[in-house]
Amino acid sequence: MLKIENLQARIEEKEILKGINLDIKPGEIHAIMGPNGSGKSTLASVLAGRADYEVTGGSVEFLGKDLLELSPEDRSREGLFLAFQYPVEIPGVSTTNFIKTAVNEKRKYQGEEPLDAAQFLRIMKEKMNLVEINQSLLSRSLNEGFSGGEKKRNEIFQMAMLEPKLAILDETDSGLDIDALRIVANGVNQLRSKDNAFLVVTHYQRLLDYIVPDFVHVLYNGRIVKSGTKELALELEERGYDFIKSEADQAV
Amino acid sequence: MQEENEDILEQITTSEYKYGFVTDIEADEAPKGLSEETVRFISAKKNEPEWMLEYRLKAYRHWLTMEEPTWANLHYPSINYQDVIYYSAPKQKVSLSSLDEIDPELRSTFEKLGISLDEQKRLSGVAVDAVMDSVSVATTFKEELSKVGVIFCSMSEAVKEHPELIKKYLGSVVPATDNFFTALNSAVFSDGSFCFIPKGVRCPMELSTYFRINAANTGQFERTLIVAEESSYVSYLEGCTAPMRDENQLHAAVVEIVAMEKAEVKYSTVQNWYPGDKEGKGGIYNFVTKRGICAGDHSKISWTQVETGSSITWKYPSVILKGDYSIAEFYSVAVTNNFQQADTGTKMVHLGKNTRSRIVSKGISAGKSQNSYRGLVSVAKNADNARNFSQCDSMLLGDKCGAHTFPYIEVKNNTAQVEHEATTSKIGEDQIFYCNQRGLDTETAVALIINGFAKEVMNQLPMEFAVEAQKLLAISLEGSVG
Repeated sequence: MLKIENLQARIEEKEILKGINLDIKPGEIHAIMGPNGSGKSTLASVLAGRADYEVTGGSVEFLGKDLLELSPEDRSREGLFLAFQYPVEIPGVSTTNFIKTAVNEKRKYQGEEPLDAAQFLRIMKEKMNLVEINQSLLSRSLNEGFSGGEKKRNEIFQMAMLEPKLAILDETDSGLDIDALRIVANGVNQLRSKDNAFLVVTHYQRLLDYIVPDFVHVLYNGRIVKSGTKELALELEERGYDFIKSEADQAV
Repeated sequence: MQEENEDILEQITTSEYKYGFVTDIEADEAPKGLSEETVRFISAKKNEPEWMLEYRLKAYRHWLTMEEPTWANLHYPSINYQDVIYYSAPKQKVSLSSLDEIDPELRSTFEKLGISLDEQKRLSGVAVDAVMDSVSVATTFKEELSKVGVIFCSMSEAVKEHPELIKKYLGSVVPATDNFFTALNSAVFSDGSFCFIPKGVRCPMELSTYFRINAANTGQFERTLIVAEESSYVSYLEGCTAPMRDENQLHAAVVEIVAMEKAEVKYSTVQNWYPGDKEGKGGIYNFVTKRGICAGDHSKISWTQVETGSSITWKYPSVILKGDYSIAEFYSVAVTNNFQQADTGTKMVHLGKNTRSRIVSKGISAGKSQNSYRGLVSVAKNADNARNFSQCDSMLLGDKCGAHTFPYIEVKNNTAQVEHEATTSKIGEDQIFYCNQRGLDTETAVALIINGFAKEVMNQLPMEFAVEAQKLLAISLEGSVG
């Protein structure tokens, strides 16, 4: 589904990704872990197409297409979703209206008729239960005045509405208390299927107690320095990132 | 990629003005320039009674003693008032016995603008007075309105048919001597709309005047007068467009509203005069004085404006709250792009007791434009318990434009409550990227964000206007994100 080869990227003059290789197949959940500043969020942003980053080398294939050639909006319409670490606020635009626009833009791209209000509401009701989000929140301006937990739940709700092929969760666990974390993880688990895949970016192991990954990769200094199964995450939890760092630094 | 993104933004704000066509129609014009002769010429053209001519001459003589105001945050070369044509009327049959006899060329001009002069094609229950250059070419639904006693006609007709009302109210809210442009307008105004809602009548449809400048080198000086008698209600819409021309054209209008006891007047404008091209060439100079008076107790006047056009806008729709418990509102969205300059706002003058006013102004600047809010809230000595709430929000697109706020507050009564809130924000790349990530292209994203920003004002527009206005906002800002 997603094949990243030797991906390199920088912001202004600073090299951040120095050759990432990653292969994600349908049905899989991959976790990217790593210390602060290792390039985790950069990877998520580059895949989504944020303009601040310049790709300087490598390739990314998504569902048979050259992902890097696609505009950010086309990446989304092709089925790539990024749950933001810091979801933005858009005053005056109701969450419902925003999501409806997004859903219909995607349908248009796929040559489908837009959903009418009734159809949309029906689907919305269904998905609302997944993340225990309520109607009054969705009537409010997008993310405006939402608590941290509400914002993250709203991200997962949008993911549910857009039914992406590949969802990237960028530090979705940051700033969540344990109940919110459970709700968010529960939503992800219910959306999980053999056809879609997840890339979960996180600093801490605790999210992975709830969203159990098939593979764990450790990103350090712009490269994936170690890959393994979920046991790797537990090892990291126990030993910290230092042993990875020293291993990697020695290898260079 | 950063650069690429800016290019996209650049492109979005550079879409073309849709109404820039010229109608090829023979016109009856006054010679260029302004003199007593010009004033007499216009008055004679309109077969006006002597008192009207006198009114004009007095205004003209006063104008000669005045100087163009320079206090606004506007910069433009000085206007040569002798280089303007003050009267231009599309030639058509002398008198129309019915709307069917309108020149097809005129009819199709208004069709192109989305205004149907054909009553059969009534879509939205709006009666229209269509004004091209200096004259009103048609007013629809007159008969239907007259059944309930509503007078809706061109100003020229009103001067002849309803002289008592015109004598009583014309200049009663905005005296000819009020300012440089009102004196000019009072001397040379050629047409406009008059509407009168009798006591206790709720006007059965929206009334609307559509202003179109067509002829080259002409100025448009129209005059609108709305009188709402006791316990009546009317909602009034005003729209305007002009052809794309390289030279600047002058538009100096006066609108007066009188609301008697318990009357309510809602006045909405979508101003889309030609804004000039991307280099700032051409465009309308828009110097407008709009003022209403809440003359009676419990009366209400509400101004809503969506300003997207004109190269220069100088406009402060105001309300004098004379009646006790009267209410005034001002809702404004002003968009400037490229080299446009707007200095717009309102004046709320509280004279009566327990009067309330509310100001919501949303300024959006893009390109190299300058957008200023200028507002006055004044509370007189006897205006006990007056209340005002003002909110002025500015949004900047790109880093070459400017947003300015000039609030003036004068309070002479210590029971007054006056609140002022102001914010300035930028459309963030973060917001746009977030929308992109959800499958919205940048243009759609900007339109969504802008409409969200302006929502509180847009919600005030009548349905017929709201959709058009929303699109207009998006079009005006195409290519402007940065």
